[in-house]
Amino acid sequence: MQDYAQEVGALTMRWVKRLSREKFSMLFTLFQPMVFWLIFFGNLFQRATDTQVVQAPSYIAFLAAGVVVMTILNNGLAGGVDLLFDKENGFLERLMSTPISRTSVIISRFIFVMTITSLQVLVILGVAYLFGVHPVTGIGGVVVIIGIGLLFGIGLTAISMALAFSVKSHGDFFSMLGFLSLPMIFLSTALVPLTAMPWWMSWLARLNPMTWAIDAVRPLILTGWTAALPSIAIVVVVMVVFDAVCLYGAAKAFQKTLG
Amino acid sequence: MGVTVSGPAIAPAIEAAGLSKVYPGGTTAAEDISFQVGAGEVFGLLGPNGAGKTTTLRILITVLRPSGGHARVLGLDVVEQPTQVRQLIGYVPQERAIDRFLTGREHLELLAALYHLPKAHAAARIDEVLSLVGLAHKADEVARNYSGGMKRKLDIACGLIPSPKVLFMDEPTLGLDVESRLKIWDHIRELKARGITILLTTNYLDEADQLCDRIAIIDAGRVKAMGSPSELKAGLGGDVVSLTLSPADLAKVEGLSQAIKGQAGVRAVSTKQNVLDIRVASPESSLPAILSAVTAQGCRLEFVEYHRPRLDDVFLAYTGRKIKDE
Ligand SMILES: Nc1ncnc2c1ncn2[C@@H]1O[C@H](COP(=O)(O)OP(=O)(O)OP(=O)(O)O)[C@@H](O)[C@H]1O
Ligand SMILES: [Mg+2]
Repeated sequence: MQDYAQEVGALTMRWVKRLSREKFSMLFTLFQPMVFWLIFFGNLFQRATDTQVVQAPSYIAFLAAGVVVMTILNNGLAGGVDLLFDKENGFLERLMSTPISRTSVIISRFIFVMTITSLQVLVILGVAYLFGVHPVTGIGGVVVIIGIGLLFGIGLTAISMALAFSVKSHGDFFSMLGFLSLPMIFLSTALVPLTAMPWWMSWLARLNPMTWAIDAVRPLILTGWTAALPSIAIVVVVMVVFDAVCLYGAAKAFQKTLG
Repeated sequence: MGVTVSGPAIAPAIEAAGLSKVYPGGTTAAEDISFQVGAGEVFGLLGPNGAGKTTTLRILITVLRPSGGHARVLGLDVVEQPTQVRQLIGYVPQERAIDRFLTGREHLELLAALYHLPKAHAAARIDEVLSLVGLAHKADEVARNYSGGMKRKLDIACGLIPSPKVLFMDEPTLGLDVESRLKIWDHIRELKARGITILLTTNYLDEADQLCDRIAIIDAGRVKAMGSPSELKAGLGGDVVSLTLSPADLAKVEGLSQAIKGQAGVRAVSTKQNVLDIRVASPESSLPAILSAVTAQGCRLEFVEYHRPRLDDVFLAYTGRKIKDE
């Protein structure tokens, strides 16, 4: 147990050191493009959207929940990238030749990605706050939002790691990511509510776990606990199933590459 | 080197028995590979690119499952008891497995934690290996700024962190300049002097010759010959007479080769363009007959030399080609 903590601690610190060495990348990690989505997209579409349709005081208030969950999506899906490079340059093999538990590398990655994601969610909510979006459920709501982010992020990071382990080249990895992430965003309630979508899109959006995450985060920001609680209950169930499937797939991919 | 032993006397430090590996794509990279390495030996796997050296090594360090056969390191089965094996070995991979954002010292600190060394002990051990490989002055610089040779030294330092009883090195001097190669050879000799068993792979004949107590020649996934370099050379028997004909006589090479093959005392003849390598029991007694055959065939000689068999002759004899041939 003590050994396990030592391994995971050292591996997690490696990710932190890598990030801190890349000054630019660190800056961009915290003030990621998602902030621009919130600021520009949110303000740009303010007049073009109908507050009756989005059911929110402003479009940016509506969009905040979507941008929070998009951040979680992007981070999660990119979470395996560093492992991909480790696999390609032989660093992973070096790690695997040491007497560590087979799960430590993966766990260290989860810890790192989840921590960064939570910080980014706080940045997004902070920027939204500056634009007058004050979550009605307060600090408690923010904690629950981060909890939902973690639940969703685990499954996404698992998918990304599974991809990293099974692709032949990193070109494949990035094209798969690009292929996954846009439909996930457009076929969700990140940008418009279900009621505003063509029937077939709203139907597909209902199958997207991202929709459920957003639908739980949004009332925490806009309406309050009574409206949020049923959605939170649903999202927990959805995410437990989602995570279980993703973790199972990742475990399979991991076993195949690393025995 | 000096003394030649034809096999380990006590329980072997490494034992491979009938190892084979077929990769998912269908490539058979290793087939029925068997050898034993005695405690304290430096053992070399010598073979050309794609021979299956790395594959064999990866099985022994427990990161690759063999398709057949079994292997033990210090008596522990690599498939059944991988964690125990990992605790006792060090590994220097073929590619420079370096994280360019970390400093040399940070690499070693990470490795020390993965081998579960206590912090105080780790710091001392890290300084020790840094000075052993001569990297102490660059320890706190990020690896991005290292030269190829320095990266290699860091690789070796990483392999030494656990104070391994058995060290696996995949092409330790690949791509290094002469000076760095000689330095790394010295490190390897020093490790041997400390009693560490070393399995290394190489496709440099001189490296195998100078450094290894015993070698296995591997080609196309199979062990073709095994023994100490001097045993292998002596095993060929006799010396090598090398004739270089005038390029104008290229067409006559085949006929001359046939004529010489019939002579008494000639063991084997191999030809490459206008050069004939003739293995003979004794050059003194065969040379007159060889030279008269040259005259009889009407060939003109440009150059004659003879030498004791070298490792490249051994390689040629067992694989039918030179190690650097395409
Ligand atoms: N992961 C892999 N998947 C499929 N085939 C592989 C894999 N790794 C190696 N091979 C194939 O197995 C054979 C042996 O490769 P290996 O890396 O063991 O050779 P090697 O002796 O180490 O060569 P080199 O001197 O170039 O390092 C080659 O034909 C190679 O293409
Ligand atoms: Mg190799």
